[in-house]
Amino acid sequence: MDLVVSIGGVPVRLRTCDQSYAQILQQRYAAFLQPSAPPEAFQLDIHLAPPLDGAADQDLQVSRDSGHWRARRGDFQLDWDPATRRGSTRHSANPYSIDSALRVLHTFLLARQGGFLLHAASAVRDGRAFLFSGLSGAGKTTIANLAPPDVTLLTDEISYVRPQAGAYWAFGTPFAGELARAGANVAAPVAALYLLAQGPQTRVEPVTPAQAARALLRNILFFAADAELVRLVFQSACEFLRQVPVFQLEFAPTPAVWEVIR
Amino acid sequence: MSPRYIARNSNIAARLLGDEMIVMSARDSTLFTLNPLATEIWQAADGRTPLAEIVETRICPKFEVEPAAAYQDAEAFVEQLASHGILLVSDQPIEPA
Repeated sequence: MDLVVSIGGVPVRLRTCDQSYAQILQQRYAAFLQPSAPPEAFQLDIHLAPPLDGAADQDLQVSRDSGHWRARRGDFQLDWDPATRRGSTRHSANPYSIDSALRVLHTFLLARQGGFLLHAASAVRDGRAFLFSGLSGAGKTTIANLAPPDVTLLTDEISYVRPQAGAYWAFGTPFAGELARAGANVAAPVAALYLLAQGPQTRVEPVTPAQAARALLRNILFFAADAELVRLVFQSACEFLRQVPVFQLEFAPTPAVWEVIR
Repeated sequence: MSPRYIARNSNIAARLLGDEMIVMSARDSTLFTLNPLATEIWQAADGRTPLAEIVETRICPKFEVEPAAAYQDAEAFVEQLASHGILLVSDQPIEPA
């Protein structure tokens, strides 16, 4: 059975022979399904197998051999051939491993498009996207929870950022954090990146370009110790910083924090 | 004392942001931020100009520092970056990779 999951406007055809697993995927990616695969769609064949011999919290190992990528963690293995735009995953019938495999796949795809996945909540307000970046505990889910009704949440965990029509855009993702809720499948040009720090009061502070670069590069999801990919991600981050203002947002966890987001 | 030559390793990515150079090792993704003085040395690291000449002609006039102290700081900086493999150091001119 085929499903076409389009995250960030990048369609990936997921193929599985297991009907019940296809239903799990349909539910999980419901807002990101498209009815048919365009010619440019990537393809991922899903092979369900007994649980691999490791745990999901193991470090991801990524390698490249003759142009083929292999990413392996305790709970899944992804093989990807950029030349044919096809690959396969091997994992047990759970929705989390395919989620992880898709994140890794999109980091490969985005690197060549000048984009990246970022540890950040993101949301759209008045047609503009705002990113709130930080590692675990920085407050991504907190700020997402505090969003007023006129804000559309793109994700509380992993933001999808790539250039489009001369600007950087943020796209909704199904990659949820503690909210356990997929983001909306909408996109908007990025108006600002806020580096999160929880504190006793809410204030927005400027950061130097170097501080912004360090924080951004620290929070970009990046898996492979591969020279070409490192350069691509570095260039994308620098180009993003050339276009998008970055601030530090210290905030007290009250709805008033959204009054300074503009 | 024999001259020391320095060159940027080709296996890095670098960009000047504001007045600081951000350098990332393409080998292991380690990130370095160079202050303005280190940035000046980095930019002059062409493999052909001796370190002492870089200090004398670019560092001392721009940062108003004494040559002996500036050279000592420059050597320390060079050793540090060389230990991470992002600068190459030789007592002979270094040919471009």
